[in-house]
Amino acid sequence: MLGYLIRRVVYAAFAVWAVSIISFFIINLPPGDYVTSYIAQLAIQGNIIGAEEAESLREYYGLDQPIYVQYLKWMNQIRQGNLGFSFEFGLPVNDVIGERLILTMILAAATIVFIWIVAIPIGILSAVRQYSIWDHTFTFFGFVGLAVPDFMLALVMMYFSFVLFDFSVGGLFSPEYVSASWSLGRGIDLAQHMIIPIIILGTAGTASLIRITRANLLDELRKPYVATARAKGLSEWRLILKYPVRMALNPAISLTAYILPFLVSGSIVVSVVLGLPTVGPILLKALVAQDMFLAGGIILLIGWMTVVGTFLSDLLLVWADPRVKFEGR
Amino acid sequence: MQTPESESVVTEQDTVTEPLLSVQDLQTYFFTDEGTVKAVDGASFDVYAGQTLGIVGESGCGKSITAKSILQIIDRPGRIIGGQVKFSPDGAAVQNLLELEPNGPEIRSIRGGEISMIFQEPMTSFSPIHTFGNQIIEAIRLHSSLDKIEAHELAVDWMRRVGIPTPETRMSEYAYQFSGGQRQRAMIAMALCTEPRVLIADEPTTALDVTTQAQILDLLQTLQKQNDMAIVFITHDLGVIAEVADIVAVMYLGKVVEIGPVESIFSSPKHPYSKALLSSMPTIDAAHRERMPSITGAIPHPQNRPSGCAFHPRCPSYMSDICGLKEPELVSVGTDQQASCFLYGRD
Amino acid sequence: MESNPVEHELALEMEDTVEERISVASQRQLIWWRFRKHRVAVVATAIIVIFYTMVIFADFLATNVPADSEAFRGLMPPQPVHIFDGWKPSPHVCAVSGARNPITFQKDYVTDCTEKIQVRLFARGYEYKLLGVIPTDRHLLGMSDDTLRPEDHIYLLGTDKQGRDMYSRLLFGTRISLTIGLFGVVLSLVLGIVLGAISGFYGGLIDNLIQRLVEITRSIPSIPLYMGIAAAFPHDWSILKIYFAITIIISLFAWTDLARVVRGRFLTMRDEDFVTAAMLSGANQRRIIFRHMLPSFYSHIIAAATLALPLMIIAETTLSFLGLGLRPPAISWGTLLQDAQNVQTIALTPWLMIPALPVILVILALNFMGDGLRDAADPYSN
Ligand SMILES: Nc1ncnc2c1ncn2[C@@H]1O[C@H](COP(=O)(O)OP(=O)(O)OP(=O)(O)O)[C@@H](O)[C@H]1O
Ligand SMILES: [Mg+2]
Repeated sequence: MLGYLIRRVVYAAFAVWAVSIISFFIINLPPGDYVTSYIAQLAIQGNIIGAEEAESLREYYGLDQPIYVQYLKWMNQIRQGNLGFSFEFGLPVNDVIGERLILTMILAAATIVFIWIVAIPIGILSAVRQYSIWDHTFTFFGFVGLAVPDFMLALVMMYFSFVLFDFSVGGLFSPEYVSASWSLGRGIDLAQHMIIPIIILGTAGTASLIRITRANLLDELRKPYVATARAKGLSEWRLILKYPVRMALNPAISLTAYILPFLVSGSIVVSVVLGLPTVGPILLKALVAQDMFLAGGIILLIGWMTVVGTFLSDLLLVWADPRVKFEGR
Repeated sequence: MQTPESESVVTEQDTVTEPLLSVQDLQTYFFTDEGTVKAVDGASFDVYAGQTLGIVGESGCGKSITAKSILQIIDRPGRIIGGQVKFSPDGAAVQNLLELEPNGPEIRSIRGGEISMIFQEPMTSFSPIHTFGNQIIEAIRLHSSLDKIEAHELAVDWMRRVGIPTPETRMSEYAYQFSGGQRQRAMIAMALCTEPRVLIADEPTTALDVTTQAQILDLLQTLQKQNDMAIVFITHDLGVIAEVADIVAVMYLGKVVEIGPVESIFSSPKHPYSKALLSSMPTIDAAHRERMPSITGAIPHPQNRPSGCAFHPRCPSYMSDICGLKEPELVSVGTDQQASCFLYGRD
Repeated sequence: MESNPVEHELALEMEDTVEERISVASQRQLIWWRFRKHRVAVVATAIIVIFYTMVIFADFLATNVPADSEAFRGLMPPQPVHIFDGWKPSPHVCAVSGARNPITFQKDYVTDCTEKIQVRLFARGYEYKLLGVIPTDRHLLGMSDDTLRPEDHIYLLGTDKQGRDMYSRLLFGTRISLTIGLFGVVLSLVLGIVLGAISGFYGGLIDNLIQRLVEITRSIPSIPLYMGIAAAFPHDWSILKIYFAITIIISLFAWTDLARVVRGRFLTMRDEDFVTAAMLSGANQRRIIFRHMLPSFYSHIIAAATLALPLMIIAETTLSFLGLGLRPPAISWGTLLQDAQNVQTIALTPWLMIPALPVILVILALNFMGDGLRDAADPYSN
C-alpha cells in the first residue's frame, strides 16, 4: 500500500508541475509580451504610456530575463498567493476569480455526487435485468447522453425550459443573493439554481458510469465467487449487493478520477452558455482579450483542482479495494 | 432457518433403501445466440447416505452443469428444461427440488444447508474483497441461529479440522493470501461447516499436488464417516475415482451412459465409451503420456450432438443399422450396473 | 531433407504469406459477419455514409451560395417543399414576404401560399465545380427557370441574421466539421499508434514514461487547455491556417485513447505464440510489428478511430461555438450554432437551432458504429 501511495503522491506532484508548465506556456503563447498587450489595452482607454514606464514594467515582470527565470518568478508569486494582475478587469487576478473558483468546485463535486446517485442504481438494475425493457431504455439514453455535447444539451435545455415553462435558466443565484454573504438561504438558493446545470453536466458522466457499472457487474455476475455465494443459500439481492456490486464499485471509483477532467472542461462550456458565475465565462473573456495572466491563472487553478480530485479518488480506491493495499499496484 | 439434524441417521442407515438424492432425466440447456447447447440432456443417478457417487467424463460433458442444476444455480442463458431432483433427507417427505421457486426461501435453506457444494476453481471461488472469515461466517449464520461470536468460533474450529494452520489469523485474511491448497481446504471448511447431508464436490483436487490431494481426499472421507454424508464427487481423474467412489457414473455429452459399483465399472466396463475411457487411464507399466489410444475423433460440441447414440461417430463397435438412428436407454448389464448401449439389448 | 536450404526457406516463407492471407481474410469476414448482426450499427454506418456523401456533393446539394447575404431577408423562417398542389403533383414552396413592423422595428414575415415558387430537381443555380473539377451549374434542387422572377428565393431552412441560406450553410458547415474531424483522427492515429506501439512493444522504462505522459495528459481538463492554445492564434491567420491549427489541437484530444488501445493489444500480443515464434525465428522487429502484429488488430484500431471521431467533432464544434475555433467567415457546425447562443433568439427563431440535429445524429451514429465495430472486432471485451 505504501508503494502505491508513494507512487500516487509522486505522480500528483508531477502532474501539479506539468500543469504549471502548461499554464505558463499558455500565458506566453500570444505574440508579443504581456506588457505590450497591456500598453495596447491602456492605449485603447486613452492612456498613453511612455517607453520608460514600459521598460520598468517589463523589468517588474522579468520580461527582460530568460524564460525559465520568468517561470520561476511567476511560480514564486503564486507561492505567495498572488496570481498577477488582470488588465481586462483592472483588478488583481485573485479578486477577479474570488468566489468563482469555489463555485466551480461546488458544481463539480455536486455533479459527481449526482452521477453516483443516479448511475450506480441504474447500472445495477440494467445488469441484473439484462435485456429487459429498462436495460434497453437506459442503454439508449446512455448513448444519447454520451453523444450530445454539453453546450448543446445546455442550449436544448434552455430552449425547452423557456418555451415550455417560460423559465429562463441562468446564473447560480437569485438577484437578491448574488452579492450577499453566505447564509443558509443563499445555500438553498444555490442548490436550486444548480439543479439544471448539474443535470446538463452530469449527463455524459452518468451515461458512462452506467455503462461501466453495467458491464463490470455483468462480468462479475459470471464469476465463480457469485456461484459460491449463491450455493451458500444467500438471497439474490443480498448477494448481488454484497459481492458483485461491491466489486463493480472499484472501476466506478476509477472512472470518477477519469471523468473529473471532462467535468471541469464541461463546466467551463456550460457556464458560458448558461452564464453561471464560475470561472468559465471569465476564462473565455480573458482568452478573447488575451488577458493572459488571468487566463493562465484560471487554467492553473482548475488544473490543480483536477489533480487533487484525481488524487482523492485514487485514495478512495485504496479504501475500497483491499487488493490495492496488499499488492501495491 | 433449518438446522440440519445429524444424529438420527446412523441407526436407520441399513433399513433405508431410498436414495438421499435422486436425479432423474435432468435436462439443462443453454440458449445462446449461436444456438441451443444441450449441456445436460437426460442425466440420471441416485446418491445414498454415507456413499460416494463418482461422476467421470471428458471436459465439457456437463458434469459441473449437472451439479449446479441440482441446486438450481445455473447462470443465464442456461435453463433447466426437464427432469427431477428428488431429495429426501432422513426419512422426510420426498421433495422435488426443481419444483421449488428458483430463488425462494425453501431452496435457499437447502443450498449450503443440507446440500453444499465445493467448486472447481478454488482461485476465483472466493470474493477477492471480503475476508475469508466474513464469507464463512456468512455461510454459518445463514443456516443456524448462532450469533457472530459463536459463528466465528465454529468457523475457526472447522478451519482447524480441515488442516489450515493458525486459523485465528487466517480468518481476517483475503483469498489471495491463501495458497491454492489452503483455498481448497477453506472451501471445504465453508461447505462443511453447516454439516450438510449431501456434499457436491466438483473437482476439489484438480489444482493440487499429489500429497495435498491425498490429504484432502482422506479428510473428505473422514468427515463423510462422521456425518454419514453423501458425496457426489466430480472429476476426470479415474485414479481418484477408484480411490474414493462407491458408485461411478460415466457421462458423455450430457448423459449418464453407464453407472454401477466402482469395482464392476473398473473391472468390466460395458459401454464402449467407458471401456475407451478406462483403457486411456495410465497404469504403472504403460508408457508415459500415451494419449487416449482408443478414443478416436474429437468430442462433438454439445450444440451439434450426433443423432441417435451420441457416441456413435467415435464408437469402435458402431452398428450402422441402429446406433445413428435411435437413442439407447439405460439397461441393466450386471448386478447394479446399467449401461445405455444397443450392444446389450435393442428394445 | 535433401532440398537446398535456401529453397526450403523460400518455400516456408511462401507458405507463411499464403497462410497469413487466408487467415486475415477469414478474420475480416468473421468481423463483417459479426458486425452485420448489430442492426443499429449497420443503420448508423449507413447514416455516416450518407453524411460523407453530402460532404463530397455539398455544392451540388446546396441551393444558394452559402456566403451570399441579403440584409433585407434576415431571419426568414424555413420554406418547406410542398410536393402536391391540391391533388396535382407540382413541387413548390410558398413565397414569403416580409415587412418591418413599425413598432418593434423587426422584420415580420408572412407566408403566402397563394403565391407559389415552383421547384424542380437538377435545376440551374450558381456555378461551381462538381468534385472540384467538373464545372456545372446544376443543383439537386432549385427553382424552375420558366416561372422564375428575379426577386424569388428559396430558403429551405430559413435564413440567419444576415439573410444567408441556412440550408446551404449547413451543408458547407457539415463539410468542414466532418473533414476536420477526419484529419484530426488521422493525426491522432499516427501519434497514438507510434507511441502505443513503442510503449507496448518495448515495455519497461519507455513504456512507463509514455504511460505517465498519457496519464497526465488525461488528468488535465482539455477544453480550457485547448481554449488557451486556440486563443493564441493570430487574428490575421487565414481560414486554412486556422483549419489546420484546429485539426492539430483536436487531434491532441484523442491520441491517449488510441495509444492505450494499441499498447494494450501489443502487451497481450507480445506473449502470444506467433509473435514468440517470429522472434525466435529471427525476424527483425520492424517486420514483426508491421507484418504480424499490426494487421492482427487493425480492426481494433478502426473501431477506436471511429469512436475517436465524435470526440474530435465535439471538440471542434465546442471550440468554434465559443468563438475560439474556426471563425467566420469559415462555416462549421460550431460557428453556425454560435447564432443560437441566446434564449431569446432561439425562442423567436428556432430554426437557428437546426444545426444541432446533424451534430447529434452524426455523433450518435459514429458512437453506435464504433461500438458495433469494436464488438465485432473483439466479441469478448466489453
Ligand atoms: N454459460 C454457458 N453458455 C453456453 N454454454 C455453456 C455455458 N456453461 C457451460 N456451457 C456448456 O455446457 C457444457 C457442459 O459444461 P460443464 O461445465 O458442465 O463441463 P464439465 O463436464 O464440468 O467440464 P470440465 O471437466 O472441463 O469442468 C459445455 O459444453 C459448455 O460448452
Ligand atoms: Mg466442470
